[in-house]
Amino acid sequence: MNRVLTAIVEPGFFGSAPVHVALLAGGVAAVVSGVVGTFMVMRGQSYAGHALADISVTGGSGSFLIGISPLWGFAGTSVAAAGIMDLIGVRRPRGRDLATGIVRGAGLGLGALFLYWDTTHTSTTGATVTILFGSMFTIDSSVIPVVAAFGLAAVGIVAALYRPLLLSSASSDLAVVRGVRVRTTGALCLVAIALAVSLSALTIGAVLSTALLVGPAATALRLTARPALVMLWSALTGLAATWLGILLAFDSYYWPPERQGWPVSFFVVALVLIFYLLAQACPAGRAGKPGRGVGRCSPRS
Amino acid sequence: MTDTWVVATIVAVVAGVVGFFVVLRGSAFVADALPTGAFAGAAGASLIGVSTLVGLGAFALLGALGIGWLGRRSRHDVAVALALVAMLGLGALFLSFSVEYAPEIYSLLFGEVLGISVNEVAPVAVLGAACIAAVLVTYRPLMLSSVMPELGEVRGVRAHRIEMCFLVVLALATSMALPVVGALLIFSLMIGPPAAARSVTDRPLLAMGLSVVLAVVTVWAAIAASYETNWPVGFFVGAIGAACYAAGRGWAALRRTQTPQPGPLASARARRVSA
Repeated sequence: MNRVLTAIVEPGFFGSAPVHVALLAGGVAAVVSGVVGTFMVMRGQSYAGHALADISVTGGSGSFLIGISPLWGFAGTSVAAAGIMDLIGVRRPRGRDLATGIVRGAGLGLGALFLYWDTTHTSTTGATVTILFGSMFTIDSSVIPVVAAFGLAAVGIVAALYRPLLLSSASSDLAVVRGVRVRTTGALCLVAIALAVSLSALTIGAVLSTALLVGPAATALRLTARPALVMLWSALTGLAATWLGILLAFDSYYWPPERQGWPVSFFVVALVLIFYLLAQACPAGRAGKPGRGVGRCSPRS
Repeated sequence: MTDTWVVATIVAVVAGVVGFFVVLRGSAFVADALPTGAFAGAAGASLIGVSTLVGLGAFALLGALGIGWLGRRSRHDVAVALALVAMLGLGALFLSFSVEYAPEIYSLLFGEVLGISVNEVAPVAVLGAACIAAVLVTYRPLMLSSVMPELGEVRGVRAHRIEMCFLVVLALATSMALPVVGALLIFSLMIGPPAAARSVTDRPLLAMGLSVVLAVVTVWAAIAASYETNWPVGFFVGAIGAACYAAGRGWAALRRTQTPQPGPLASARARRVSA
């Protein structure tokens, strides 16, 4: 028994301080992303989330320039970008995608410039890969309280707006009739997404954070139709993917090529995808999903 | 340097034409995801030692097929997002194995002026011609299914097949543009100029022509500025693309205050909104 355990969990896994920090920060990021991501997927805002993630590269690279924790940069730029998107965003899905894309392009362009300065003016050559693809084992333990605060803020927004958000996600017209301020609700939801993105960006990297936001939520939407349960499943799926990913990455130190661990982000993303495909394969709960068909509704004949 | 100009011009023309349809079809997310994901192909290619273009092409095509496949069984934006992160996850893995140094990764992501060599001109020219030819051949059905999908169905246009064709063209355009502008910012080139052109005119051919002109100007200006300042090309492409879009919206807002003259695309847009 003990030998089996040692084969799965390499010795030293639970004793290592970076692993503790990674488990903690990764766990918070996964749960928050799972909860917030549920609304993102139901509202068909995957692209907005992805764009915010890309833009947070700008903040991450900027924070390397001035020498603060990338988390501040990630959160600052993605929340700011959420505001800009809401400001110029057209409510129609098509125009919204376009506006989102333009903001993303301009923001990421700035990110390119900052990264260029990172690599030329300071000696942080690894910044590009760290920011884009994350490095969970190098998270500084001092950011844990900030991670927790951001996580609480994001979940708090979603919890406070639970009913109006749900209503306006299902039918914006109905929400207006019921007196929901759709615009404000949407903007706050975008802020929650931005916070979740910044947490995930810290753990699995800015361009991969989409995986934790979309994957678990899409998986959960396959499993059940009740919104509260969807959130629970989504958070659990994300958590499982993150923690298993950390474990596998720790073990992979002894895999080929020798003495060179595989990146955590790769495992997390791979596990998220595997969970999603498994959920796809299971036929239960296909009918009557909330928000199902929003993205691919057929044109009115 | 001459090679860079030639390649960049071809890339801009193709991006202008293909981007016009990206904007028309509202498939901004796909146009964003394919190049970003294809970046992983470049990382993989350098790992096993084949040409970057091959790696890019393979991953872009794989991504297009993956999006088409996943898109049949789930929500479209979810499918795109998942296909994207799948490719990027592989990219992270390849990067951790490869011995490339950060500057090379960086130039793949954000573009480099001198990233083009002489022997890349011919493949890019061929790929570019193929993209333009594919758009020309499928012009009518593509247009019909983009603007009025219902009418397209009635006329016998198979929406799914057209979508796949379009994704493949997008993949080709992506893989040739990537080394010039960089994985993360091709997309700005593909939607900035066409979006501006769309705001200015509703006539499809005129809009497409304008979009090509704007794209070429964007790329030339970006490369010149990048050459002068040594800053990444992607920064300038992103900024100029956003400026194009802002100018287009400004123009449209200005014209809306005067008498509106709805063309064929405008009425299609109105139908879209109602549908």
